[in-house]
Amino acid sequence: MQCSKTWIGLGALLMAALAAPAAMAQTVGFSQIGSESGWRAAETTLTRMQAEERGITLKFADAQQKQENQIKALRSFIAQDVDAILLAPVVATGWDSVLREAKEADIPVILLDRMVDAPEDLYLTAVGSDLVHEGRVAGQWLVETVGDKPCNIVELQGTTGSSPAIDRKAGFEQAIAGHENLKIIRSQTGDFTRAKGKEVMESFLKAENGGRNICALYAHNDDMAVGAIQAIKEAGLKPGQDILIVSIDAVPDIFLAMAAGEANATVELTPNMAGPAFDALEAYLKNGTVPPKFIQTESKLYTQNDDPAAVYEQKKNLGY
Amino acid sequence: MNAGIRALGRIAPQLATLAAILILVAAVFPGFFDISLANGRLYGSPIDILNRGAPVALLAIGMTLVIATRGIDLSVGAVMAISGAVAASAIAQGLGLAATLALALGAGLLCGIWNGILVAVLGIQPIVATLILMVAGRGIAQLITEGAILTFSHPGLLFIGGGTIAGLPMPVFIWIITGLLVGLIVRRTALGLLIESIGVNLRASRLAGINTKILLVAVYMASGLCAAMAGVIAAADIRGADANNAGLWLELDAILAVVIGGTSLLGGRFSILASLIGAMIIQSVNTGILLSGFPPEFNLLIKATIILIILVLQSPRMVAAFRAGRRVRKTAEAKEESAFS
Amino acid sequence: MLESQPLLCARAVTKVFPGTVALDGVDFTLRAGEVHALLGENGAGKSTLIKCLSGALRRDDGDILLEGKAIDPRSTLEAQDLGIGCVYQEVNLLPNLTVAENLFLGHQPTRFGMVRTRVMNEKARACLAQYDLDIDVTRNLDSYSVAIRQVIAIARAVSLSGKVLILDEPTASLDAHEVAMLFKVVRSLRDRGLGIVFISHFLDQVFEISDSLTILRNGQLVGSERAANIDRVQLVNMMLGRELQQETRSTGRTDVRTGSPAIRFRSFGRARRVAPFDLDIREGEVIGMAGLLGSGRTETAELLFGIAPHDSGSAEDGEGRLRLDSPRAAIAHGFGFCPEDRKSDGIIGDLSVRENIILALQARLGWMRALPAREQAAMVKDFIRKLDIRTSDMEKPVGQLSGGNQQKVILARWLATNPRFLILDEPTRGIDVGAHAEIIRLIEDLCEKGMSLLVISSEFDELVTYSHRVIVVRDRRHVAELTGAEITTESMVASIAATGSQGDAA
Repeated sequence: MQCSKTWIGLGALLMAALAAPAAMAQTVGFSQIGSESGWRAAETTLTRMQAEERGITLKFADAQQKQENQIKALRSFIAQDVDAILLAPVVATGWDSVLREAKEADIPVILLDRMVDAPEDLYLTAVGSDLVHEGRVAGQWLVETVGDKPCNIVELQGTTGSSPAIDRKAGFEQAIAGHENLKIIRSQTGDFTRAKGKEVMESFLKAENGGRNICALYAHNDDMAVGAIQAIKEAGLKPGQDILIVSIDAVPDIFLAMAAGEANATVELTPNMAGPAFDALEAYLKNGTVPPKFIQTESKLYTQNDDPAAVYEQKKNLGY
Repeated sequence: MNAGIRALGRIAPQLATLAAILILVAAVFPGFFDISLANGRLYGSPIDILNRGAPVALLAIGMTLVIATRGIDLSVGAVMAISGAVAASAIAQGLGLAATLALALGAGLLCGIWNGILVAVLGIQPIVATLILMVAGRGIAQLITEGAILTFSHPGLLFIGGGTIAGLPMPVFIWIITGLLVGLIVRRTALGLLIESIGVNLRASRLAGINTKILLVAVYMASGLCAAMAGVIAAADIRGADANNAGLWLELDAILAVVIGGTSLLGGRFSILASLIGAMIIQSVNTGILLSGFPPEFNLLIKATIILIILVLQSPRMVAAFRAGRRVRKTAEAKEESAFS
Repeated sequence: MLESQPLLCARAVTKVFPGTVALDGVDFTLRAGEVHALLGENGAGKSTLIKCLSGALRRDDGDILLEGKAIDPRSTLEAQDLGIGCVYQEVNLLPNLTVAENLFLGHQPTRFGMVRTRVMNEKARACLAQYDLDIDVTRNLDSYSVAIRQVIAIARAVSLSGKVLILDEPTASLDAHEVAMLFKVVRSLRDRGLGIVFISHFLDQVFEISDSLTILRNGQLVGSERAANIDRVQLVNMMLGRELQQETRSTGRTDVRTGSPAIRFRSFGRARRVAPFDLDIREGEVIGMAGLLGSGRTETAELLFGIAPHDSGSAEDGEGRLRLDSPRAAIAHGFGFCPEDRKSDGIIGDLSVRENIILALQARLGWMRALPAREQAAMVKDFIRKLDIRTSDMEKPVGQLSGGNQQKVILARWLATNPRFLILDEPTRGIDVGAHAEIIRLIEDLCEKGMSLLVISSEFDELVTYSHRVIVVRDRRHVAELTGAEITTESMVASIAATGSQGDAA
C-alpha cells in the first residue's frame, strides 16, 4: 500500500517536471469575480503587483459576477495553455467539469478567497482567511486591553445570516468566553454598511444611557465602525477613548480614524491572496512540493501603535 | 375651515397609526420620548426618527406624485446612489458647494427625464420603464465612484447631512420644507387637479386638453429631484458616497409610505402629507426595532407583521366594516332614544 | 297569459347613499313567464333596484322574496346560486377567452383537475343551440359582434341561475336586426317560464317585448301596470311626472345660415381613417352627421379635434391656418368635443362634479393660473342650475351620477371654455327621455347664441329636429350633404343605403 502510493507520488512528480519545462510559471490566468467592493479591487491590484514582482505574465479576466463568464475565461486559459490558473469563484457549485478539463490539461488551479464544492483533487490548493480566527483576534485584543475592568460591549453584526457575520461573531465570543467582566449587551445588524452602522449605533447610544453604559464597540467590518464613529461623535462622546472600537478588514479609511485616535484596532483581511498562492505554485512547479489543501492567510492585528498614518499611505492606492 | 376639517379627516387614520406605533415603542423602550439638549443639538429617539426618516420622506414626496398619475418609480434608490456619487466626486474635484449641489440635483432631474420619456413618450409601462434605471443606475454610480466608497470632508456638504439649525438636524428641515413646498405648489396651483385627472383617466384628460406628456415627464422629474436630495443627504450623513448600498431597497419603503398614506396605486386622489406621515410610521417601526434590543434575526419579521396589521386595518373591507359598525351603533342609539321619548 | 304565482317579490326596499335616497320603499313583483320592463329616467333608481336584487348592493331596509322565501344575497355569486342572473349593458365577459370558456368559466367540466376542453366545447355548442346560435365556440369572444356576446352572456346567466334573468339595457348598442334576434331569445326564455326584468330607454322596444311595466321616479315607485293597459303618452307622463310637448318637425330647419364660413376645412383627411373631405362651418350653425356605426362618423370627429391628426388637407379661419394636430391645439382654437364613450373618454370618474366641469378651462389656463375657489364654485353652481345637473353636492364624484347627468357635466366642461365650435358625438345615447329633450333644447340654445355645432347621432329624428345641414357618411367617406328641406329621415336613409361609391374606402 505504502509502496504504491510512493510510486504514484513519484509519477506525479515526473509528470509535473515534464509539464513545466522551465520549472517556473511564465503565464498565469486569473479569473476574478468582479469589482463589487473596495476589498476586491485591492485584491486585483495586489495580484497584478505580485505577478509583476515575480516576472509572471498575468492574464486577467473580470467575470462581472457571472459564473458562465468565469467558466468561459477558464476554458480560454486552458486553450492558451497557461502554466497555472488563479480562480476567485463567484459561487461554490458547478465547477467540476471545467476543473476536470484543467486537470486533464495538467494546469494547476489555485482558489483564492472562496471555496468550491468539488472534489479536492481537482485543484491544487485554496488560499483564504479564517473568518472565525479574525473574530478571535479581535476578541483577544479587547480582552488584553480591558484587563480586569468590567466592560459592556455593543456589537454591529454583518448582514444577518451571511457567513462572515456568523463566523466573526462566533470567533469573538470564543475569545471573550471565560472573562466575566466582558459582556455583549446589545447586538444588532448593520448590514456591513456605513449608513446602517451609523443608524444602529445611534440607537445603541440612546438605549444605553447616552452611551455612558458602553465600554467598547465590536464591528464585523470597518465600514460599520466608520459609521458608528460618526454617531458617537455626534452624541458628544469621544470614540477611541470613551468607547473602544475594534473592527475587522483593515480598509484604508479605518487607518485614518486610528491615526486621529478615533478607532483602536482592526484585524486585517488581507487582499494579498496572490502572494501565498504564487509561493505555493513556485514550490510545486520547482520541486513538486504539494501544498496543503488550504493555506490560511495571516489575520494581522493593527493598533494605534502600528503607525496607522503610514499604513493608510500604503493602502490608499491599492484600489480599496 | 371646512376644508381644514376635511383634510384632517383624510389623514386621521395615518395619525392614529403613528400614535399607536409610538406608544408601542415607548412601551418596549420607556426612555423613548426623552429629548435633551447636548452640544447645541437636540438629542433623543424622536429626533432620530425625524432625521433618519428624511430619505424615505423625500422619496415618498416624489413617489406620491408619480403614483397619483397611476405610475410607479422603482429607480429612486438607484438615483440616490447616482446623485450621492456625483456630489462626492464633484466635491472631490474641487468644485464649490453650489456647483456640486447643482450637479447632483441635475443628475436626479436627468434620471427623471429619462424615466418620463420612457413612460410618457414611448408608452412603456412605468414599472418596466423605471426598472431599467433601477438596475442600471447603481452600475452608473459605481462607475462614478470606481467601486469604492468615495469619502469627502467638505464642511458645507457635510452640514447637509449632519449639521443642525436651532438644534434640529438639517435633513429634518430639508424634508419638511420640501414637503410643504411641493404640497403648496400642487394644491395652490392647478397641478394637483391635473395630476389626479391623469391618474384617473389618462385618455379623457388628454381629450380635455391637458398636456399629459409634459405633465408625466414633470412628475418623474420631481421624483428624480426628490431622490437626488435624498441621495445627497445619505452621502453627507456617512461622509462618503457608497454606490453599492446608498438607497438600497428604499424605493420599496417609499412605495409603502405612499400606500400607508392611503394613496391608491391605481392613481387619482393623493395626499403628500399622508405619505409623509406614512414615511414617519415606517421609520418609527425601524427605530423601534433597533431600540427594542431584539436579536436582528427578528427585524424583518417584526416589521412585516406591523405593516401587515396596518394595511389590514386600512383595507377597504375593514374600513367598510368599521363604518358599518359605527352606523349600526348610531341607528341603534337613535332607535333607543325614540323609544324612550 | 295566466296570472301566475309571484316569482320574485321586493317589498319596501330602501337604499340610501350618502346625500341621496336612491330607493325609497319600492315594491316590485315579477311573475314567472313574464317580461317585466323597469322604466324611469336616469337616476330614478332602476340600477339601484336591480343591484339590490342581484346582490351587487345590499339594501338598507325592506324584504326580497324568491318563490315566497325571504332571501338576502350578499354578492352576485350568492344571487346566482339562488337563481337570479344578471346581464349588464357592458357585457362582463372576458374577450380574450373562447366562447366556451366564457360560458363555463369557474365551473368547467374537469377530470383529475384538468379542464376537459372537448367536453366543454360540446356542452357549449349544445347550450348555444338552444338559442339558435350556431357559432364556433373555440374562437375568442372578441371575434363576435356585441349582439352575439350579449346572447352568450344571457346563456351563461341562464345556465348558472335559471329562475330570474335581469337584462340591463341589453339593446343599447345593437342595430334593429340584432335587437330582433335578441328578442327572439328573450321570448323563448319567457316561454320556458323564466321571469325576465328588462331595462331599456327605447320605448318601442319596451312595448314590443314587455308583459308588465314598473315605473320609478326619484327613487320612488310611480306605478306598476300590465303593458296592455297603458299607452305611450301615459307612460312618458309617468316617467317624467309632467306633460311632454310633442314637438317634432318632419324636415330640417329652414333658417339656413348664410354668410362666409367661420372655419373652412379643405381636403381634410387621414389615411385609413377618413377620406379627404371639404367642410365649411358657419357661425350659429348645427351640422348633423348621419351614418351607421363604423361608417366614419366618430373618425371624422376625432380628425377634426386632433385626436387622430389629419395627414392631408388644411383648416383655416378668417385669421389664417389652424394647426389641429392634438386636442390641445384644437382647444386653443376654440374647439370642444363631447366623446361618444363617456366612461373611457369623457368623465374623470373619481373626481368631483366641480373638478370635472372646470377641467378643460383649467387645462387651457395652464397649471400656474388656478381658478380661484370662489370663481369655480360660482361657475359650477351656474352650470348645475342651467343644465339641470342632478347631484346632491358639487363635490360628489362624477362617477356616482347617472349617465345623463354625466353627459351634462361633460357638456358643461366644454361650455365653460366658451368654444366657437363644439363637436358632440352621440350626445343623447343611453340617456333617458327627459334629459334627451333637455340636451336637444340646449343644442338649439347654443346655436342661437352663435356657437357652431357638429352633432353625430344615430337618431335621425333628432337630427331632423335641430340640423341646418346634415352630412351623410358611408364607408369612411362623406357621401352626401343635405340642406333645409332636403333633411328628412327618408333622405338620410336613402343616402346611406345608396350604392355606387366611387373607388375604394380610404
